Amino acid sequence: MNDARLLTRILADPSRIGEVRDWTALLCAARAESLGGTLAFRLEGSPVPPKVASILLDARRDAAQARTQALWEAEMARRALADTGIPVVLLKGTAYAAAGLPPALGRSIGDLDILVPRTALPRVEEALLGAGWEWVKENAYDDHYYRTWMHELPPLIHRERDRMIDVHHTILPLTARRTPDAQAMIDDSVALGDGLRILAPEDMVLHAVAHLFADGDLAGGLRNLWDIDRLLRSFTETPAFWSRLDARARRHDLLAPLQRALRLAARFYRTPVEQALAGRSAGDALYERRLLARDGWGRATRRGTRLGFYVRSHWLRMPPMMLAKHLLEKARR
Amino acid sequence: MRHALALKIGPVSFRIGSAWREPLAQLERLYAGYPAADEVADFTVRLEPATPWRRFARPSVAIRGDYTLPDAAPLPLPLGLLAAEMGMNLQMALGQKRYLLLHAGIVARDGEALILTGASGAGKSTLAALLGEQGWRFMGDEFGLLDPETGFLHPFPRAISLKNAALALFDGADPGRLGPVLRGTPKGMIRHLRPPADAIARMAEPARPALILFPRYGRDFPAEDRPVGAAEVFVRLTQASTNYVSLGARGFDALTALVAEVPARAIDYGSSAEAIAMVERLWAARA
Repeated sequence: MNDARLLTRILADPSRIGEVRDWTALLCAARAESLGGTLAFRLEGSPVPPKVASILLDARRDAAQARTQALWEAEMARRALADTGIPVVLLKGTAYAAAGLPPALGRSIGDLDILVPRTALPRVEEALLGAGWEWVKENAYDDHYYRTWMHELPPLIHRERDRMIDVHHTILPLTARRTPDAQAMIDDSVALGDGLRILAPEDMVLHAVAHLFADGDLAGGLRNLWDIDRLLRSFTETPAFWSRLDARARRHDLLAPLQRALRLAARFYRTPVEQALAGRSAGDALYERRLLARDGWGRATRRGTRLGFYVRSHWLRMPPMMLAKHLLEKARR
Repeated sequence: MRHALALKIGPVSFRIGSAWREPLAQLERLYAGYPAADEVADFTVRLEPATPWRRFARPSVAIRGDYTLPDAAPLPLPLGLLAAEMGMNLQMALGQKRYLLLHAGIVARDGEALILTGASGAGKSTLAALLGEQGWRFMGDEFGLLDPETGFLHPFPRAISLKNAALALFDGADPGRLGPVLRGTPKGMIRHLRPPADAIARMAEPARPALILFPRYGRDFPAEDRPVGAAEVFVRLTQASTNYVSLGARGFDALTALVAEVPARAIDYGSSAEAIAMVERLWAARA
């Protein structure tokens, strides 16, 4: 069996570990998909060979430390921005960890992602620069590219802690075809005890969906889809969640990506989803092919499919003429 | 992958895959006599063409694996053995989370370990290798694996990487223990030496740290030693560790315990004979 597919089956149902023939291949595929820590927590207490148990224990400890570091970084940003009075919404991994949501278990967390109102950007920039963050060296074109067309500032790195922060001011690139309402997401965000904020449940799902299917080339897709699975499972206990999610997806122009995410999450991780909302599509097979393009040596496979999704990611991000100019500029380097 | 090899070094098992046969054949010769690897590998290393056509045309080896540095430069195929060694070191440096890694040469005697650590070029690797030929048990020339639970060091006796002038010191070694001479590497001329047989036979035996030395080599340095304060030892060891930060509190506790319990001295030397005499003297006088 394809090792990426086996990985998704074990994550969905750890009792299937009897199907594992090559643990090294499974662990390697999991690491390559940034799911090593997640797998380690899913298999905690499962009867695995002693060597595997010891590798998984290391991965759980490592994930716990990564969580501590990520939360500390969020606290540093909170302190830097507290006096501005600007609402700071945590996104992705740090948000899950800060809110104690299920996707956080074992999840690797890279950069700190925050969302702030677009009008507040100059003040946020100033406060972060004053608190020790610096621009990662970029050329003038990159800076222009981010500021004019993207949904986030050029990346900043902290000069002492060596950690990056991505400051988002909207959900998708300004040039993208779909236009989610970032201000509505900020307005409806929920305060945590320390003053930082997280997105409301429906928006949190839709933000993960937007990044998986309406932006990017599906790199890390199995992990993002796992996030969506875990979020849905914890939110669907609330009555009327599905109808609110449906309405919110329409509001953010993300209905089709949401439906695709629901179908694929159900397919890979047996996520309980509302069939009427998920709908059907023949195109899912191609996405599935891309999401599973990983072998037991951790190598990216299916070059043609990957290239197709890479081209698609740019197509989604900007209109054709702008794309042509952008690629020309990149090619001249 | 087309070619694969499993290796066990100390407590760590590697799976190494390669698009070419030669690097793995060299690796297999160099690691002849090592115990069989665990069925499940801790880490995977891949040696693959930097781009598809680089498998045949001016073949160049990209070092990849579970953990990869995005900007690591590929090596030409004749240096494939070095690429494999670098690949294993990279997995340890970025992925090892069980032990606190100390960039150091380690030798042991009577179950007690001597840690030789310092800047690149200080001679820790060469000194550890020389001591390993002279009555000490060689435990490693690259990484010391400090177990936070026990405070003991685990051996990591990978092939010794002799560089430049150090090659001549081992001309007399059994030729079967030596790898090919690798010229034009990023660190000059390199030749690998398989550790002594007892180092390999006893690679599952940890040792209790008993002395830390900071060697410094300079042709004109007078041979002398001096004490190093605990705070400085601590800071220098954090700099010598590739995973101190990512181990968090476990790393801090392990390192403070080590520094509190183990005496440390800095030594300057102008020749390896001087260094070995000093090591023997300080070892005999250790607290």
